[in-house]
Amino acid sequence: MKLFNENIDKSKNNIKELKKPEFLTCQECDKEILKELVHSNLSTCVYCGYLFRVPAKKRIEMIADENTFVEIGKGKASTDPLQFPEYDEKLKKAKKATGLKEAIVCGTCKIGGYNTGLAVMDSYFMMGSMGQMVGEKITDLAEVCLEKQLPLIIFCASGGARMQEGIVSLLQMSRTTVAINKLNDAGLLYVTVLTNPTTGGVTASFAMQGDIILAEPKALIGFAGPRVIKQTVKDDLPEEFQTAEYLLEKGMIDKIVERKDLRNSLAHILSLH
Amino acid sequence: MQAYISKDDTYNDVSSAWKNVQTARMQNRPQAMDYINALCQDFFEVKGDRCLGDDNAIITGVGRINGRTFTIIGQQKGHSIDEKKACNFGMPNPAGYRKSMRAIRQAEKFNRPILCLIDTPGAFCGIEAEAKGQGTVIAEHLQLIASVKVPVIAVILSEGGSGGALALALSDKLLLLENSYFSVISPEGCASILFKDSNKAHLAAESLCLTPKDLKKFGIADDIIREKKDYSRDNVTYAVYKLEKKVEEYLKELDKYTGDELVAKRYDKLLNMKGFN
Repeated sequence: MKLFNENIDKSKNNIKELKKPEFLTCQECDKEILKELVHSNLSTCVYCGYLFRVPAKKRIEMIADENTFVEIGKGKASTDPLQFPEYDEKLKKAKKATGLKEAIVCGTCKIGGYNTGLAVMDSYFMMGSMGQMVGEKITDLAEVCLEKQLPLIIFCASGGARMQEGIVSLLQMSRTTVAINKLNDAGLLYVTVLTNPTTGGVTASFAMQGDIILAEPKALIGFAGPRVIKQTVKDDLPEEFQTAEYLLEKGMIDKIVERKDLRNSLAHILSLH
Repeated sequence: MQAYISKDDTYNDVSSAWKNVQTARMQNRPQAMDYINALCQDFFEVKGDRCLGDDNAIITGVGRINGRTFTIIGQQKGHSIDEKKACNFGMPNPAGYRKSMRAIRQAEKFNRPILCLIDTPGAFCGIEAEAKGQGTVIAEHLQLIASVKVPVIAVILSEGGSGGALALALSDKLLLLENSYFSVISPEGCASILFKDSNKAHLAAESLCLTPKDLKKFGIADDIIREKKDYSRDNVTYAVYKLEKKVEEYLKELDKYTGDELVAKRYDKLLNMKGFN
């Protein structure tokens, strides 16, 4: 006698399939942690405090006053100006993985009650690389800040210029510089927060042009990548080379701020300007 | 040494971009000092950044071109092996960019147009360079050259290597020598990272759209200077003559504006530069 009817129509099964939980591995302590748990804990390792990279939308939640963020340029996406091989596939992947159209989210919001422009780069989108649209979203936001007389805060997280957009990516270094210059001429405050990693053409342009430059602890910040430098000098790199702490010692940044204190720090700076 | 020159405007040789890069890297190609010596009889070199030291990879000075005094900022790679070592193979350190910023400020003080002669594989990637703020200094250099109230004409002589070249390329007018290139990354670097095979550098060069014709098509370059066949230090005068004429023509146009108007136009030009056709 059969105990179970094996011919039950499984398509009528109403039990929803549970989404497979995603785990992240901490680079510091090697422990595996539930991704949702990490990102609900300020994107920090619950065991050792290692700072994971923060998705742009999560960062905005951490920094902006609740319900005040109004996004600008949400639909802007790369036009693949060079028709670079395999670039469209990489873009599709990045869009699917992040839910974003580009490696930066821009808008206006309040922080501690102060109105400001806020741009947050997302290193999960093609390593936060800067192409035509990242540059354009920044210049558009700077234009809004100029019109509305707002300060501008940019959270930087980038592997540098986006290779697949070639010279068009490099051009964004000039364009963002001009946008920042216009804010300077208008006497508007510009603050950058350097997060892990901030490198290449982003470092050599708008990231290091802040009136005030903050950084997260141990963030990798530099112009050339550490591997390239090691290959060039054919020697070991100094301890803590290209970390936020190293840059502070060399006089390149103003302050290292713990992730949990960034909101208050920014509110404080805004209150002083 | 056979230099590669274009025959007409419609050729579409698949490996043309790679030939471009190889020609730009040829040993006997004229460098900044060759142009400076051909352009001015009375060039006075101005050295040191008043902070960290000096850098032979960037030459700054004052000289007259057709009777008009210019600030000239050039990137030099060196010809002999000793020169190359002294110039760090044309890879500037922060001191070089700081020296260049000194020159830019002086150009504004004395109301002199600036001529930038660009030729670098890239800014130097060394430990000291990072420690002295290579990223910061390029960022600041971009800000300064963008806002200077005198005409800025930039010429890419051979290698336009990424940010290290861009610092001097932000200008009112950008010209490229016919066999120069301007790229966000070297073809070898691109091939190694994106194609996982540095032997595919010729394909990367093609994909990167780094030739003068590409840059003109994108609206990034204003003009291309033709080169003589077998272009070298020994026959630099043809290209120099062409360059002189172009500079004169551009200055006629740019001289019509006040300092503030020039800056406003420069900002508009860059903000409206979408970079695709």
